[in-house]
Amino acid sequence: MNAQVIDRLKNPARRTAIKGVAAAGGVLLFGFHIPTMRAAQKAAGSAPLQFEPNAFIRMDQLGTVKLIMPQTEMGQGVYTSIAMILAEELDVSLDQVQLEAAPPNEKLYANPVFGIQATGNSNSIRAFWMPLRKAGAGARAVLVEAAAKKWNVDPSVCQTDRGEVIHTPTGRRIAYRLLIGSTTGIASPAEPPLKSIDAFKLIGQPLKRLDTPDKVNGKVVYGIDMMLPNMKFATLAACPVFGGRVGRVDDSAALALPGVHQIVVLEDFMAVVADSMWSATAGLNALRIEWQAGPNAKVGTREVWEQTRVASEQDGVVAKAVGNATQALSQGGDRFDADYELPFLAHATMEPLNCTVEVKQDSCEVWVGSQVISRAQAVAAQVTGLPREKVIAHNLLMGGGFGRRLEVDHIEKAVRIAQKVEGPVKVVWTREEDIQHDVYRPVYLDKLSASLKDGKIVGWRHRVTGSSIMARWFPPGFQKGVDIDAVDSAVDVPYNIPNLRIEYVRHEPPAVPTGFWRGVGPNNNVFAVESFVDELAKKAGQDPVAFRRAHLDKTPRLKAALDLAASKSDWGTPIPARHGGRTGRGIEVQGAFASYIATVAEVEVDKNGEVRVTRVVLAIDTGIVVNPDTVIAQMQGGLIFGITAALYGEITVENGRVQQSNFHDYRMLRMDQTPDIQIHIIKSAEAPGGIGETGTTAAPPALRNAIFAATGIPLRRLPIDRDVLAGRKPNPANT
Amino acid sequence: MVALTINGQESNVEAPEQMPLLWVLRDLLGLTGTKFGCGIGQCGACTVHLDGNPVRSCLLPIGAVGDRAITTVEGVGATPSGAKIQKAWLDIEVIQCGYCQSGQIMSATALLNSTPQPTDADINAAMSGNICRCGTYVRIREAIKRASRSQP
Repeated sequence: MNAQVIDRLKNPARRTAIKGVAAAGGVLLFGFHIPTMRAAQKAAGSAPLQFEPNAFIRMDQLGTVKLIMPQTEMGQGVYTSIAMILAEELDVSLDQVQLEAAPPNEKLYANPVFGIQATGNSNSIRAFWMPLRKAGAGARAVLVEAAAKKWNVDPSVCQTDRGEVIHTPTGRRIAYRLLIGSTTGIASPAEPPLKSIDAFKLIGQPLKRLDTPDKVNGKVVYGIDMMLPNMKFATLAACPVFGGRVGRVDDSAALALPGVHQIVVLEDFMAVVADSMWSATAGLNALRIEWQAGPNAKVGTREVWEQTRVASEQDGVVAKAVGNATQALSQGGDRFDADYELPFLAHATMEPLNCTVEVKQDSCEVWVGSQVISRAQAVAAQVTGLPREKVIAHNLLMGGGFGRRLEVDHIEKAVRIAQKVEGPVKVVWTREEDIQHDVYRPVYLDKLSASLKDGKIVGWRHRVTGSSIMARWFPPGFQKGVDIDAVDSAVDVPYNIPNLRIEYVRHEPPAVPTGFWRGVGPNNNVFAVESFVDELAKKAGQDPVAFRRAHLDKTPRLKAALDLAASKSDWGTPIPARHGGRTGRGIEVQGAFASYIATVAEVEVDKNGEVRVTRVVLAIDTGIVVNPDTVIAQMQGGLIFGITAALYGEITVENGRVQQSNFHDYRMLRMDQTPDIQIHIIKSAEAPGGIGETGTTAAPPALRNAIFAATGIPLRRLPIDRDVLAGRKPNPANT
Repeated sequence: MVALTINGQESNVEAPEQMPLLWVLRDLLGLTGTKFGCGIGQCGACTVHLDGNPVRSCLLPIGAVGDRAITTVEGVGATPSGAKIQKAWLDIEVIQCGYCQSGQIMSATALLNSTPQPTDADINAAMSGNICRCGTYVRIREAIKRASRSQP
């Protein structure tokens, strides 16, 4: 079981994994519909109003085609891609479909990779590619059979097109909606015939997104936009020190404010309930709270790093070993060592955390945008003591997720507030609370060692030290001391190296909660590996592209991406300085999330150490592309997310408190700093790869290597240190 | 009682004069298209127009609005520039999560109103106060240029 889970997490697109899904999830997915359909027929009398061939498709006699979205939309475009896959195999056009978020139901809607309802790890399309195609094709097969019966012909001489069955010899046509009543008793085949790739009408087309028209005119409803009759508004403050508690509270000034109804005092946080978010915030500011800081009152970033560095000196648990790395490193040739460090990061979704809840005597209703809607339901059940079926959880669109909404702490807090409030309450976090009580991307320290012989890497050791998010969030992903996410893109380093040793040291930072952040484990590992390889290329006296290319024989898809990115970026030609600074081009390659990507960044570094990213060229082979425009959009946006982290991203802690609080000190890239970005998609018939996080993992190493090329300074930490780049401070490189 | 003209309609709002327009729109009037992002005028998600000029509604007390006409994302499509911007946003497929886009659309519409043929420098100046965490800036620039070339 565990080995299977690990395999699925690592290689969800692999054939064996897909088979596993069909065997485990498939029975549930396709077995469930029969009782449902009977029930629907019974309820409606003799003629069924609805055709529900499986968990994902609902059709009625009016022609409505409702598609149920098992994965959640947070901007990545997955609602459109999922709809395209279902509509492709069902053979309806996209203007015929309506979308609906799946309710909490692990049996029907679990992500086949995780085994729970979760949207993350860039795996929506990888995980659901075959289940959705089969769902669409199965429904189409039933409709074809219904038509064939009606016409008294063989189903094999019928075809379909845009919501109609066609009898090929006569050209006779009938709309799906007219067949709904004739589907009774016809079961979906277990292995319905799937379309061949070259017969796709929708998949591969840059179709318009289905969720965006309502996003230009204010009609869209995110979690934060919930409005209910008699709803109250609340905002909250947890103890600024991690793990601290509420002590004495003087609420007299707050309660005297107009619009403030109620102060909710709980062990670890306080909330103000009011007529509006403005009154609630004013009330919060008027509270006099004595916090009990607790044991973390002295924790600071400095101690975090000291402890992490000490932990990284011990041998780690071996996550992968090939050949004899220890011997190769001691005898193999020129030895080279470097350490790379990444900071805590906040998610800072544009939509601050929020959750609307109504707790009644024997039920609870929750409205929230969540990447894990069944966990949202479960936490509400746990807090209220209600059985899960008494908790109705509605999933709304998200104003960004990036991993933050894989957590349910905000839902738990909202339910605890709602237990004290009469009627529905919308709990909205201030941006300050959102930044200071995040679940942070952990600090990571990567120790890399390699030996070079005749210009080739012969020995390689990579020791990753950092939090195990899996151990808390998904225990099957933490086995025998190895967190499979923390070593993702380290154990599968794409280069041909005869002697490898990849180690993992689990080290949890004091006090600071850590969680998934866009790019997850590969974020750290791609940065460390690609920075190190750039330094090795220099050590070997080789061009960074040529050096990588010489080590990519076993990864032809990545080699092709490298060649394309190098050629499209004019690699090897000079870059004119547009602003009088030092210019350089940097490359990175990665195979993370089953997508093969090469990225070239161009930078200009001025005398003050400020870095301007002027151009990014990215080549991607992500297998079969469902919607190429979405792939381009995710690459563009993911790159900017990664550039933001590399240039600015750092959460620091002092006296147990996060020091940043809002966008003035936790900065984001803006329009005037946005580089020219060019994305090149490589055509492929391989299984689809993941795209949501890949741009984010690509940008920091490409940018860092461009700075290396421009200045000769090998940065070993992010965010970039402008003092080092300006020559005001030595680079803390250890060699 | 404060009298406001919002998207061409007059409303009498029962709220203190110091209450920011953002929360009057969202929490009292249910016009939730205007978004809360930071509360300190750093992100631009709450941008609305006063007489066609972009303002951050999270920092604007309703008592300071006076008789100026308020336009929000719900009403901006009724203006020629707003309609062009909304169309260009969909044509270029700018939007990802969309949360910041109300503010982006309001800032971009105001830019087109004041500068019908904006240069890259004009776009930088007008749009750099609006943060997009999804990183849609490349397409925002392209969409503004497309809208500036299009006929109403």
